[in-house]
Amino acid sequence: MNHFSITTRDLNLWYAKFQALKNVTVNIPQGKITGLIGPSGCGKTTLLRCFNRINERFGYVTTTGEITVLGQNILAPDVSLIELRKHVGMVFQRPNPLPISIYENVVFGLRIHSERRDLRKSELDDAVEKALREVLLWDDLKDRLQHRATGLQLEQQQKLCIARLLPLKPQIILMDEPCSALDTAGTLGIEELMRALAGHYTIVIVTHNMGQARRVSDECVFMLMGEVVEHAKTTDLFLTPKDPRTADYIEGRYG
Amino acid sequence: MNAPTPNIFAATPLARKKQRREQLARAVFFTMALLLVVPLVLIVTYLVVQAWPVLSWEFLTTNPKRGMRAGGIWSALLGTFYLVGFSLLVAAPIGILAAVYLNEYAKDNWFTRIVNLAVINLAAVPSIVHALFGLGAFVIFFGLGKSILAASLTLAIMTMPVIIASTKEALAAVPQSFREACWNVGATRWQTIRHVVLPNSISGILTGVILQVSRAAGETAPIMFTGAVFFKAIEEGNLFAYGLRDQCMALSMHLFTISTQVPDVPHGLPFATAVVLLGTVLFINALAIILRVWLRSRKKW
Repeated sequence: MNHFSITTRDLNLWYAKFQALKNVTVNIPQGKITGLIGPSGCGKTTLLRCFNRINERFGYVTTTGEITVLGQNILAPDVSLIELRKHVGMVFQRPNPLPISIYENVVFGLRIHSERRDLRKSELDDAVEKALREVLLWDDLKDRLQHRATGLQLEQQQKLCIARLLPLKPQIILMDEPCSALDTAGTLGIEELMRALAGHYTIVIVTHNMGQARRVSDECVFMLMGEVVEHAKTTDLFLTPKDPRTADYIEGRYG
Repeated sequence: MNAPTPNIFAATPLARKKQRREQLARAVFFTMALLLVVPLVLIVTYLVVQAWPVLSWEFLTTNPKRGMRAGGIWSALLGTFYLVGFSLLVAAPIGILAAVYLNEYAKDNWFTRIVNLAVINLAAVPSIVHALFGLGAFVIFFGLGKSILAASLTLAIMTMPVIIASTKEALAAVPQSFREACWNVGATRWQTIRHVVLPNSISGILTGVILQVSRAAGETAPIMFTGAVFFKAIEEGNLFAYGLRDQCMALSMHLFTISTQVPDVPHGLPFATAVVLLGTVLFINALAIILRVWLRSRKKW
């Protein structure tokens, strides 16, 4: 059981009357990169957003079924969203660094999750260096930590958004098309980073880019119309898809 | 199977503390919102209760009688409609079109920036200053005398800067990408404004104009110097009883007069006048809100 970070059983989700997820049962392996692929509107982003319950901001969302994250049913009443989101971080489509300095962006989570008097300058400095080293930004940015984060290149912004999650020591990082706003070089940079982070973190990535899914993911989940069609090792899914719909999609016949 | 593991997402003491602060913040914000609403409701209720015995159709359609101590408010009501109507007729087109120029055509240089700054500052000038300007410019210099025309123009000068400022804001809220899409099919600036910018900002523009209706109807100082009088009887029931060069009565000034200047006014009369003033503004606002909702329902984004 313990080698799965996230498991769902018969997960259904409605936006008002529209059913976006239908009986989704998936097991996301720990320390691996799992790609969620499928055409637009198939529910992959919705599924991703279930894993840290960020969908619930919208009052009209109804969820049934079971989502287990790190062995704990997160739909249980005694789950604190504050703690859940500390363990399960998310990276968005457009880089969204906060309009404050690079340094403050990285320590933002720590400040949110600790009392002011418990934070010591040296700890914060260490956390910034550690996080930025992990996302391969330290050498580029170490001399301008007090600069505004919104002035960085998009690739650096996106890496900074990942770095912002790390000081909280999350086990899971969710990424929603993290490269769609970036150019080829930026995309390769983020993919390289994802490979470096895999193992330490469980990564779930939504992507429209088949090449990217092939390059970075260990396993792939193909979704269609709110249902999981196929879930297999990436090499198997791309070389010998079992379902004809998967084959059609990955060969670009629709989607 | 494994023994049940403790809930790793259970609220820590810090999380619970944060949660309590969250509830506290929410309560504070809610209280403030309540503090905003409660006096408003109380004031309106009090006014209406006090005014109720006096209010009638007859009250609206008869002139004040016996030195303002009896009768209705017809000449003041009609005067207010004239003043607000003519001031809007002047201020809205000039203000909106000027704002279109400033937002859509004018280059961003030091001159436009000074104009913009001047507009904002002008909006903050107290109404008594506008009154003096109106007296000097319209009543004396242009020789309009104390008249509806002079008073409306003074109100127009007073409301125009705010109309310009709010219209500019509404125009600026239209995404630049819409304009670019338009230019890139070869539309001129005017075509872009006509087909894309104005239709998508009209509700915001109207909001700005409506707010000025309330302000023009409520102001006393500017009209007191330039065209409003203590008492004037006009033909009852005739909507065209005032001429543009006539002096007129106005609700705001009438309210001031009967509450402070005339002794022995029956208790309900000032309240009834206030309710009518409030009702007039609400009525005009309601019309504009309906228009806005209708326009917005056609908005596609």
